Amino acid sequence: MSDTITSAAVPAADAQAEGAGLGAYAGRYIARVRGGEMGALPALIGLVGLVIFFSAVRPRFLTALNFANLFQQGAAVTVIAMGLIFVLLLGEIDLSAGYTSGVCAAILAVLLTNHGWPWYLSILAAIVTGVIIGTTLGSLVALVGIPSFVVTLAAFLAFQGVSLVIVSNGKNITVDDPTILRIDSSGKLPVAVGWALFAITVLAYLGVQLLQRGRRVSKGLSSDPITVIAFRVVGLAVILGAAVYVLNLERSLNPAFRSQKGVPVIVLIIGILLVVWSFILGRTAYGRHIYAVGGNREAARRAGINVNAIRISVFVICSGMAALGGIIAASRANSVDPNTGGSNVLLYAVGAAVIGGTSLFGGKGRIRDAVLGGAVVAVIDNGMGLMGLSSGAKFIFTGLVLLAAAGIDALSRRRAAAAGLG
Amino acid sequence: MTETPLTDTETTPLLDLQQINKSFGPVQVLRDVDFTAYPGEVTALVGDNGAGKSTLVKCIGGIYPIDSGSYFFEGRPVTVHGPREAAALGVEIVYQDLALCDNLDIVQNMFLGREKRAGLVLDELTMEQQAASTLASLSVRTVRSVRQQVSSLSGGQRQTVAIAKAVLWNNKLVVLDEPTAALGVAQTAQVLELVRRLADTGHAVVLISHNMNDVFAVADRIAALYLGQMVAQVKATEVTHAQVVELITSGRSGNLGLQPANGGNL
Repeated sequence: MSDTITSAAVPAADAQAEGAGLGAYAGRYIARVRGGEMGALPALIGLVGLVIFFSAVRPRFLTALNFANLFQQGAAVTVIAMGLIFVLLLGEIDLSAGYTSGVCAAILAVLLTNHGWPWYLSILAAIVTGVIIGTTLGSLVALVGIPSFVVTLAAFLAFQGVSLVIVSNGKNITVDDPTILRIDSSGKLPVAVGWALFAITVLAYLGVQLLQRGRRVSKGLSSDPITVIAFRVVGLAVILGAAVYVLNLERSLNPAFRSQKGVPVIVLIIGILLVVWSFILGRTAYGRHIYAVGGNREAARRAGINVNAIRISVFVICSGMAALGGIIAASRANSVDPNTGGSNVLLYAVGAAVIGGTSLFGGKGRIRDAVLGGAVVAVIDNGMGLMGLSSGAKFIFTGLVLLAAAGIDALSRRRAAAAGLG
Repeated sequence: MTETPLTDTETTPLLDLQQINKSFGPVQVLRDVDFTAYPGEVTALVGDNGAGKSTLVKCIGGIYPIDSGSYFFEGRPVTVHGPREAAALGVEIVYQDLALCDNLDIVQNMFLGREKRAGLVLDELTMEQQAASTLASLSVRTVRSVRQQVSSLSGGQRQTVAIAKAVLWNNKLVVLDEPTAALGVAQTAQVLELVRRLADTGHAVVLISHNMNDVFAVADRIAALYLGQMVAQVKATEVTHAQVVELITSGRSGNLGLQPANGGNL
C-alpha cells in the first residue's frame, strides 16, 4: 500500500486496520439493511420521531413524571408481547393472549381479595392457570391440528366469558396487597440501588462482550472490531444512564407530601425478563430449535427436532407470559374487572412485537422487539392522550402504525427474497 | 440375474443390497434389486421416472422398510428400521428439497438438531470452527462467511451446505438425490467437483441423476433401474452414453440388461 515503512508506521497501520474493520462492519450492516434485514431500525427511527413530535407539541411529554408513566403504562403490553414473540417465531398467532391475561388477573384478584390467599400463592396460581391454558391451546394446535388462528379466536371469545364469570358478572375486584401493588404501581427502587444496577448492567455487558471477543480471537475466528464493542457499551451506558438519571429525579408534584423518585420496580422486572428470554432464545439449543421450526418445519423434523413439543411449548410460554402481564395490569390498575386484558391489549401486544421487528411469517424476531415495540405503542398511547385526542383517534392511529409495521415486514421479506436470489 | 459381474472384487462394498423387494399394496416397485456402493467411488443411480430410484433410496435411508432381501453394511448384515438407525450406521441422504432453514446461518444449519453444547449454552465457537474446517476440507471457497444466512445463498451454495452437512457427521455413505437438477452450468460444475472430492476423501457416494453428462463426468459405476428391476450395474468406463440411455429407456442394450428370453417385459 505504501512504501514508507518507518517505526511510526506500525501504529498507524494498526489504526488503519481497525478503521477498515469498522468500515467493513458498517458496510456489512448497510448491506444487511438494504437486503431487507432491517432489524430494530424502523422501530428506533419511529420511536425517536414520535418522541420528538410529542415533545414539540406537548412539552409535558418530556417530564420525569411522564417518562416514568410511560414504562408503567407500557409494561403489561410489553410482557405479553414478549410471550407472543415465541408464538410468532413459529408463524403462529395467539389471539387469546389478551383475555388469557384477563382470566389470570381475575384468578389472582379472586384468590387474593375474596379468599385471602397470600400474594405469592395467588401469583403462582395465576401463572399456573396461564401454563394450563397454554398447554391446552398448544396441544389443540400441534396435536389435533386446528389452525392456531381458529383455536385462539375461539379461546378469545371463551376467555372473555370466563373473565365475566370469575368476576361475578361485571363487578370490580380491588387488589390492595402491598406486594402486588409494588410490581407496577407503587414500587420504586432507591436512588442508590438504581445507579448500582446501572453500573452492574453496563459492566456485565462489557464483560460478556470482551469475553466473547477474546474467545473468538484466541480460536482464530473473525470477530467484531473493538471499536464496535466500545460503541455498543458506550451507547448502552448513555441510554441507560440517561434513563436512570431521569427516573431518579423528583417527579412528585408535591414532594413535601409524598416524594416520588427512583427507578420503578417494573423496569427491573422487564430488564430481567428481557435478559432471561434473550438468553434462552439466542444461546440454548431450545431457542435454536424454535427458529428452525419457524424457518422450515420439515427441515427441523428431519434434523430430529421434536416439532410438536416445540409448538406446544411456545404456547405455554406465551400464555404464561400473558398471565404475568395480567398480574402487572392488576397491579397497575389496583383492581381487576372483566375488561382487564380486553379491548386493545392484544392488538397493542401484537403491534408491539411486529413494530419491534418480529415477522408475522415466522422465523424472525428477538425478545428486545417487544421492548422496543412496546415503547413505541406506549409513546403513541401516552402522547395522544396528552394531546387530548379521543380513544377513537388513538385506536385509528395505533391501527395504522401496526399496519405500517406489518407492511414493512412483508416488504422487507420480499426484498430479502430478491437479495437471496441475486 | 443378468448383471454384468464387476471385475474388481478386492474391496468389500460399503453398501450391499441383495434381492430387495418392495411393494406398496398391489404395486411391486422394487423386484429382486441388487445394489452395491464402494467407498471412494461415485455410483450413479439412473432410471426413468417411476423406475424406483426414490423408493430404493428411501429403503437405503430407512424411511421405507424392505419387504424382503438383505441389507449389508460394511460386510455385516443389518436391519434398518428408521432414518435414525440409518444415520447411526453412517448413511446420510441429501434430498432434492434440501431441508435447510433459510432463517439460520450455515453453521446453525449444519449442526441443526445435533448442536454442540457447553453445559446449558450452545458452543458456537466449536461449531463454527468445525463447520469452517469441513468446508475447507471439501475445498469449498464459494461461501464468503460461515455466518451467512442460508437465505442469502445461491442454489449451488445451498447444495454445497447440504453436502457439507452430510460430511460433517462423518457419514460413510452419502446419497445425493438429483443435486444438480435446479442449477446453472457453473454451479453444476462446482457441485460435481464437490461430489468427486467427496468420493476422493473415502466416502461412498450414490448420485441420482437424469443428466448423462453429469453421470459420465463423475461416476465410477453406473446402476440402471428399469421398471423396478436393476438391469445393469457396470463400470462407467465400460459403457457408452448411448448404452446407458438404452438401459434407462428399454431396460436392455446389446448383451447388457434384461434379455427377452430371461423374462424381460419386451
